[in-house]
Formats: sequence, C-alpha cells, structure tokens
Amino acid sequence: MIEFSHVSFAYEPGKEVIRDLSFRLEDGESVGLIGANGAGKSTVMKLLLGLVQGEGEITVDGIRLEKKTLAEIRRKIGFVLQNSDNQMFMPTVYDDMMFAPMNYGMTREEAEKKVDEVLARLELTALKNRYNHKLSGGEKKMAAVAAILAMEPEAVLMDEPTSALDPYNRRLIIRTVRGMKETKLIASHDLDMILDCCSRVILLSEGRIAADGRAEDVLRDRALLEANHLELPLSLSRG
Amino acid sequence: MNKMERALNELGTMDELAVRDSPVHRLHPAAKLLAAAAYIVTVMSFHKYALSSLVPMLLWPVLLFQISGIPVRTCFYKLRIVLPLVMAVGLFNPFFDREILFRIGSVPVSGGVVSMLTLMLKGVLCLMASFLLVASTPFDRICAALRALHVPGMIVTLLLLTYRYVGVMTEELAVMTNAYHLRAPGQKGIHVSAWGSFLGQLLLRSMDRAQELYSSMLLRGYDREFRYASPPSFALRDALYLVCSIAFFLLLRFVNVSGLLGQLFVR
Repeated sequence: MIEFSHVSFAYEPGKEVIRDLSFRLEDGESVGLIGANGAGKSTVMKLLLGLVQGEGEITVDGIRLEKKTLAEIRRKIGFVLQNSDNQMFMPTVYDDMMFAPMNYGMTREEAEKKVDEVLARLELTALKNRYNHKLSGGEKKMAAVAAILAMEPEAVLMDEPTSALDPYNRRLIIRTVRGMKETKLIASHDLDMILDCCSRVILLSEGRIAADGRAEDVLRDRALLEANHLELPLSLSRG
Repeated sequence: MNKMERALNELGTMDELAVRDSPVHRLHPAAKLLAAAAYIVTVMSFHKYALSSLVPMLLWPVLLFQISGIPVRTCFYKLRIVLPLVMAVGLFNPFFDREILFRIGSVPVSGGVVSMLTLMLKGVLCLMASFLLVASTPFDRICAALRALHVPGMIVTLLLLTYRYVGVMTEELAVMTNAYHLRAPGQKGIHVSAWGSFLGQLLLRSMDRAQELYSSMLLRGYDREFRYASPPSFALRDALYLVCSIAFFLLLRFVNVSGLLGQLFVR
C-alpha cells in the first residue's frame, strides 16, 4: 500500500539524511521504524506526508505523492505527533476530534457519531468534554491518537508514541495500538513497545536501511542493535 | 507557577469561557460579530462631549454579561493590562480644551475633561464588547463567521494562527523562564546580558513549534476554510438578536436617553 522507491532527501545540499531508501508496507501491516537519533526516522514520516520533498518516488495506494495528490494522500494517512501539545490545538478533546472529520466533508452529525464511536472504542468517553490544556501527558497522548482515528485513516504514522509516558499510560497506548486495524508505521526507541506492536521492523542507519525483517529477528540481533546505538529489548535480554 | 504559566492558564480560561453554554453562547457567531462591530461603530460615532448620552450604551454589554453568565469582573481582570492604556487616551485633553462647558455646583468642568472622560468610556465600552465576543464564541467560530462574511481566507488564517501562536510562544517563554531562573537563583527577571540570546532562542523555538502545529492542521485537512467550526445555520433568533441590537444602538445614538431621564427627575 505504501511504497518508497529510491527516495533520497537532504535538508542541506550535500548532506543527505535519507539515501536511496526503498521499502514497501502492505495493507494492515504493523511496522516499527527504529534507529539511532538522527538516523532519519522522523524524516521518513515527513517525506511520506509531503511535509518535505525529496527525490525518488513515494506512492500510497498506487497514487504517486506530488503536489496535486497531497490532499488525497494526507486524507489516507493519520500522523500522531511526538509532542501532543502541538497536535491538540482546539479547546476541548471533542473539538479536536471533530476537526479532521469535518474538514474531510463529514456532516456534523456524522462526525459526532464517529467521535463517539472512537471514544467508546478507546474507552475515552470521559475525556470527551475535557479541556486540552488540563489533560495529563497520558490523557493527551490518548486523545491525540483518538483524534487521528476519528479521521478514519487507512494508515497511521506514530512518532515516539510512548515517550514521556508513565508505565500505566505506556501500557494503555500499547494496548490501543495493538487493537488498531489500520496499517501502522511506528518510529520509536521503545523497542519493547515495537516488539509488542509490530510484526516487522525496519532499522535505519544514516538514512539507509540497515535491516528489514521480522521484529523478533531484528530485535534479537544484539550486535546489529548495538552497532546502531540501540539495546536489546528488556523482554528479550532477560531470556 | 511563574508569570508566564499564569498567563498561559488565563489563555486557557478564555477558551473555557467560550465553550460554556448560555443563550449568548448559542447565538450564531456572525450575528454576535456583526452586533459587536455595530456596537463599536456606534460608540465611536458619539460626539466628544456626548458623555451623558454615551453612558446608556453600557446597558448592552452589561445585559449580555448577565445573560451569558460571564462575570463582568472577569472582563476587567483579563483586560487589566490594556485598560490603563485605554484610560491614558485623552489624558492631555484637559490641557488643550479649556472651554468651560458647565459647572457642578461651583466647580467648572471644561470641555477637555468631558472629552477625556468620553474617550475613556468609549475605550472601555469597545473593550467590553470585544471581550464579550471572544469570551462567548470559540475563536475558530469567529474565524468561520469572518469567512462566511467573505473576509479573505489568508487574513482569517493569519488571525487564527496569531491567536494560536500567542499560546505557543507563551508556553515556550514559560519553559525558558523556568529554566533560566533555576540556574540564576535570586535573580529578578532576566539579566540584560541574556536578552539577545533569550529572545533569539524564544523565536527559534516558537517558530519550530508553530511550524509543527501548522503541519498538524494541514495534515488533518485544514485548507483555510473553517468547515470544522461552522455553526448551525443562521436562525430567526440570531436575526432577531442582530436587528434588536442595532435598533437599540440607533435608539441610544439618536435619542439622548440620559437627558430625557434627567428631565423627568428634575421636573
């Protein structure tokens, strides 16, 4: 469904952060994107969303990413930002969740129904009328995920979804992510979470794919992980 | 909680006021916007000496404050920084316009004093009307109303983003001020030697966050239209509110109600 074909990108001329990257994500697949700081994880997401433009070809559902198809592609992909404060800009959770569905042409009634449905699915109905600026970090993150799901995306990108969360909220996010049927691309340093949520892992190193395979295989490779400033997930290092 | 965090909290409470439920909150934003604009134009059109006929214009905002359940004191508390500036307008009038208009007992009152008080009252009334609009209508709905009134999308987007970025900048400022004070114990304010780098960092950090925030809007379908904030259609009650408000303003503008009441009591 999502395909990168020989994609390269540089923020400054001559300093490529993504180099000749090619991979494919199938419908419903759950893929972890891991790598050291600066490996290019966030840039891959920005490229896919058309927030930065590189060389090569990116297609979503067979539609080539370009200026005229940007709106269509963005309609299909939801992006959960690392910093939920930057995502939740409306006064209440309800307003924030209504933002995308109504922008995408749902009537108020349809959007309200969708919002209620997503809140019920994530067991967040109690947050519906809460003010965003009064939510805790965990609540904000959950609300941010809910706001993205309300737009009915076909694929969801998540940038460090468990960062700065306490163990309870981290577990809540993991449970939520595992329950999501959409295609998922999750960038994170939380390898235990990746192991829990993803069947496949792409390891980036200096903008290139250093490994791409089954999550259990890649995440068990101590030498590979350590060479990329990562460590074995706790759950695997114990065994 | 430092000053910036308090400011941030106050910004948040404005949003809370705006999403309350009351007959005023339920009115169509375009009706409220047009009524507020008509009110401001009417207030500004009063003659500089028309202090007594201007006073009844207080009735409209005070009545709406009561109906909306927004305390008037909240308005004056939130406007405490702007109010002195408004009050300062016309402060020099008494020095330039010394013509005696009337006497209170044996105390002569010059035209300058009357025009100064008129200007001050005009400022306060306009601020009250603007505050009432913002406190009873979510900002996105005001923007939607502006778009419905065919104000160009670019201008409305600028307004919206300015409103949003005030919050973003204040948040960054709060974080930076905290970080500064934790490493400069006992120091009041920020030392002048740090102003340059402090402001530079604030600008860069705010720009980064603002960019991310705008991206987040774009990624969720924002295209300078405000479909997500579009209110229910303009109803009869909205039209009635607008017409009655404008009729009330015109009445007070062309009939000196204070004068009439005064005559009634003096007789």
